[in-house]
Amino acid sequence: MNIREAGHLLAGIITKFAAEYIEVHLEESEASHLTYRGKELESTDKTSAVGGNVRALVKGGWGFVSFNSLDNLEQKAQQAVEQARLISGGDVRLNPFRPIVDRVRDGLLPNPVDTPLAEKKQVLDEYNEVIWSTPKLQTSVIGYSDGIRRYSYINSTGSFIEQERADVMLRTMAVAADGGEVQQAGISLGSRGDFNSIKGLHNQIRESAQNAVNMLSAPQAKGGEYTVVLDPILAGVFIHEAFGHLSEADHVYENPQLRQIMALGKTFGSRQLNVVDGAAVPGLRGSYKYDDEGIPATKTYLIREGVLTGRLHSRETSAKMNEPLSGNARAISYRYPPIVRMTNTYIEPGQVSFNDMISDIKEGIYVKNWYGGTTSMEMFTFSAGEAYMIRNGRIAETLRPVVLTGNLFTTLMNIDAIGNDLDMNQGGGCGKGGQSPLPVSNGSPHIRIQHCLIGGK
Amino acid sequence: MEDILRLARQVAEEAEVFWISSEETPVHFEANRLKTIQSKQSTSVSLRIIKNGRLGYAAASGQIDSRKLVDTAVETSQFGMPAQFTFPSAVTFPQVDVRDPDVESVPIPEMIELGQKLIEPLLQYTPGLICEAGVSKDSLSLKLINSRGGHAEYQKTTFGIGVGGTLVRDTDMLFVGDGQESCRPLRDTKAITDVVLRQLELAKNLAAVPSRQMPVIFTPDGVVSAFIPALLSAFNGKTVLQGASPIGKRLGESVFDSRLTVFDDPTIAFAPNSRPCDDEGVPSQRTPLIENGVVRNFLYDLQTAGQAHARSTGNGSRGRGGIMSPSSSALIVNTAETTFEEMVQDIREGLIVEQLMGAEQGNVLGGDFSGNVLLGYKIENGKIVGRVKNTMVSGNIYQALKEIAALGKESKWVGGSIRTPHIFCASLSVASK
Repeated sequence: MNIREAGHLLAGIITKFAAEYIEVHLEESEASHLTYRGKELESTDKTSAVGGNVRALVKGGWGFVSFNSLDNLEQKAQQAVEQARLISGGDVRLNPFRPIVDRVRDGLLPNPVDTPLAEKKQVLDEYNEVIWSTPKLQTSVIGYSDGIRRYSYINSTGSFIEQERADVMLRTMAVAADGGEVQQAGISLGSRGDFNSIKGLHNQIRESAQNAVNMLSAPQAKGGEYTVVLDPILAGVFIHEAFGHLSEADHVYENPQLRQIMALGKTFGSRQLNVVDGAAVPGLRGSYKYDDEGIPATKTYLIREGVLTGRLHSRETSAKMNEPLSGNARAISYRYPPIVRMTNTYIEPGQVSFNDMISDIKEGIYVKNWYGGTTSMEMFTFSAGEAYMIRNGRIAETLRPVVLTGNLFTTLMNIDAIGNDLDMNQGGGCGKGGQSPLPVSNGSPHIRIQHCLIGGK
Repeated sequence: MEDILRLARQVAEEAEVFWISSEETPVHFEANRLKTIQSKQSTSVSLRIIKNGRLGYAAASGQIDSRKLVDTAVETSQFGMPAQFTFPSAVTFPQVDVRDPDVESVPIPEMIELGQKLIEPLLQYTPGLICEAGVSKDSLSLKLINSRGGHAEYQKTTFGIGVGGTLVRDTDMLFVGDGQESCRPLRDTKAITDVVLRQLELAKNLAAVPSRQMPVIFTPDGVVSAFIPALLSAFNGKTVLQGASPIGKRLGESVFDSRLTVFDDPTIAFAPNSRPCDDEGVPSQRTPLIENGVVRNFLYDLQTAGQAHARSTGNGSRGRGGIMSPSSSALIVNTAETTFEEMVQDIREGLIVEQLMGAEQGNVLGGDFSGNVLLGYKIENGKIVGRVKNTMVSGNIYQALKEIAALGKESKWVGGSIRTPHIFCASLSVASK
């Protein structure tokens, strides 16, 4: 049985159970990976997977069964219903939505998994040579992966949606060493399945390898508060961590105090600050037509002119908070139920040029690129791949990479300049509730933050 | 499985088939209430071959087409690394207990009750706290066969309980929590709620911290968030082979404080990461990584060991059928003589770090750690005076662990993969606003 046949079989039976609502996800996927460590291609593999899940809502509680055998499907649906029934006193309700029947093809690009391994290897071999042409280099790591997912969403109110999505990811890391000192720098980017998007990066990769070497002799920043300027890539990570996660309604909807703090209409930043999330923004890694609860994608203004104006929702959080559906329920695979996630998140561009932004900074830090970021919602950290002192309005000496931290309620307010040069970072993956990495994109123009706390010596 | 091995042997010199099947049953509480009961079943098979001396690899979960799996492995072997090892033949494995049938028979209503017992005492102590809790029972079967007659097979059960709470007051958010994992059922919810109650008590007041060097005590959870990512990276045979480990050339040298001893140990009965053999059929062993401050061993799988002219330490790991790489099983840090109370009494002005957020996101290879104190307390004149916020602690493990002020007397399991006591560092950089 394939997932299409399984889908039709389940569509015929899920209406018959004693449940308020039942939905089914079915999926088949393929992926390939190439990893270089040092000068050699260390491993290649290809994997495939088939699986699905049934999620049932009975008297306000959820039962969920995932499987990767397509046998005995009726029994699995029955199990989800029985599990849900064990939960007494749940209060889950769903915002109703019209049934949708659709079949979405993912454009005309060739499936990246089918691109011959030899062709992928040739591109990556070139990048590895570029990295190794840098003097003082100790080692390198290159990770390439691609994949395609074909998936169906079926529910007991008549929706039957088939979608597919392809994904391509490239990460490079050059490692420089001198004595016991080790420094690393790299690039990370991805696309919605277009293998060509990772071609022609030789210069960027050469530059990052050189950065790793330069950092060996760079001093460490002194810890404390600085005026910092973030490049579009790091500013994208910043807005994702600093604000994006708290605009996910599932962090807020069951917590009365948080709902008060995060009430729509509250001011979070200056009038120049506009923040958007939307899977309906086309062509990015977080883009799709329908989310994993069968809701059409939207574009949501989270902050407009500094004021909280929108939130990301699933059908459950939208019902509980009485706010509009946004189409942000996503699951990383059939092994997990959908939860509220970001898609493509960015700060809209303003008017300030990069030169104007740094010209009046006497002593500050310019941070570029990223290692990662994380949040506790109130406080968050994000780490820069490169850092430079700003002295008297100019970029000065190279520093070792720094970790920055902030507080939701003060740091956004401290953004006092927003650049005119929006750029999207497609190289990230987001983790939440054990589901990682979910393809997302984030972006921003250059931004300046006053009084940003930096860890250091 | 035998079928795949037979097909693979027709086209390749050597082959290995790895099969893993699991069933997980997590019960999840959200906002103080039972929310979801799940059941997750999964089976996957992976095939590794050596063809023309090169490694090929393919994996599938769900519907498994033996022929396609073999063809894919042959395709990837064209670009594979030359194999630097042979698959292990039949050997005997140490007896390591990792299955308790009682786990499978814990009924869901009892799991629900355990979840409620994790939440109730916390709500009584701190009204307004919003708790999430999870109770899960998992069982796993694993089987491995290879063309040299090697054969491994075992079943494992794990049981996990944990609770986390969020308290929001104005714009201040406090996060507390604790959890445990074992191969046997865990029913002592009080052991966990006592830890969380203590966190809530210590966090009642806020305390200010100046920006300067000061003594810092890392609790077992704090040790894991600050030091472990860099240690795991440095002792990984792959990092060493590439010359990217700062201690790669220092086997036998004293690099850390002479009181520090760390083992990788997959043989502890009923510890959740224990096992009779690793994922390529190499028997489990206790491997000293640091002995009295001296670097003793690095962690290897077969291929990495072959490349490094070393022996596999039985640390081959492939997760749910992924690519093989060396990975620690359970890190055990030794204990010493100082109690936590003695450490605190010793400090005029300093910090206790329970959770350092973001410390694994800097230059981990180089040993740097720098993070925001997500949960931590201020010490003044030998007493804990309150919780700290908006504070960063930074350092480098090769400096911080070179001379430690004291090592704790009692150790605690953190997340089933690390057991460590408190570590007291005499002076670290603290930045605050």
